[in-house]
Amino acid sequence: MQFEFEVTGGDFANAGTASSQVKKILKQLNVSVSDIKRIVVALYEAEVNIVAHAYSGVVTVEIETTQVRIILKDSGPGIPDIDLAMQQGYSTASPEVREMGFGAGMGLPNIKRNMDVLNISSEVGIGTTVEMIAFLNVA
Amino acid sequence: MKISEIVTILDGVLVAGKDQMDREISFGFASDLMSDVLTLETNDLVLLTGLCNIQSIRTAEMSDIPCIIFVRRKKVTPEMIELAEESEITLIECNYSMFKTVVTLAEHGIRPLF
Ligand SMILES: Nc1ncnc2c1ncn2[C@@H]1O[C@H](COP(=O)(O)OP(=O)(O)OP(=O)(O)O)[C@@H](O)[C@H]1O
Ligand SMILES: [Mg+2]
Repeated sequence: MQFEFEVTGGDFANAGTASSQVKKILKQLNVSVSDIKRIVVALYEAEVNIVAHAYSGVVTVEIETTQVRIILKDSGPGIPDIDLAMQQGYSTASPEVREMGFGAGMGLPNIKRNMDVLNISSEVGIGTTVEMIAFLNVA
Repeated sequence: MKISEIVTILDGVLVAGKDQMDREISFGFASDLMSDVLTLETNDLVLLTGLCNIQSIRTAEMSDIPCIIFVRRKKVTPEMIELAEESEITLIECNYSMFKTVVTLAEHGIRPLF
């Protein structure tokens, strides 16, 4: 099963709508509560990153019985040093983003903690692609 | 402690989630930083925050947090109420400072997460 959502940079009023839809879908598919939580928390962090740091993006969610794979591809400034961006506490967030309760430099490390696979590729001046996979806890 | 008791001891106003008033809460977490809240592993908690915007509701939705208390006389917007009702999250407005809210809840047995 595959779903696609669009995300608009700077649009904090709607940040989280994709994550919210995905949460509803996973619930309907009877994915376990703990898997749903870690997936939507990671997705929400990545979705907010597009809103906070990029111009626009597309979220593709592929759901299989054993795994959920999510790709977030954005047009934006890109990340010059991914290792640095992955460090807890590193943030280039604007004052506006901080006012919304974000910008502590905790999102990417939190995504890594919650998902089983995280791959980030980025081109400065073009955009960033984040791929994340959660292997589902199926009985 | 039941959410209904929390409303009473804080002299708060319940603005969303009337149907979940009987839910039991054991823990509390206070933060204006949503990045922080998103790292929590427990769900059985009440979130105390002065960050009164749609993202505080979204954060609770993703983290399965059942109840948010907005301290320092912050007023919840209709959009926040709508989203909270949809996600079955209880919202409470409280006139106390963050510190007084924390102390009051702790005196009544709400425990810190860590
Ligand atoms: N999609 C993106 N496009 C461009 N830069 C990004 C993107 N995602 C992350 N970054 C960069 O990586 C940094 C670290 O991201 P991370 O999510 O860990 O923290 P944050 O978004 O700044 O704050 P928090 O996630 O705690 O709210 C960001 O400040 C930004 O510089
Ligand atoms: Mg982030």
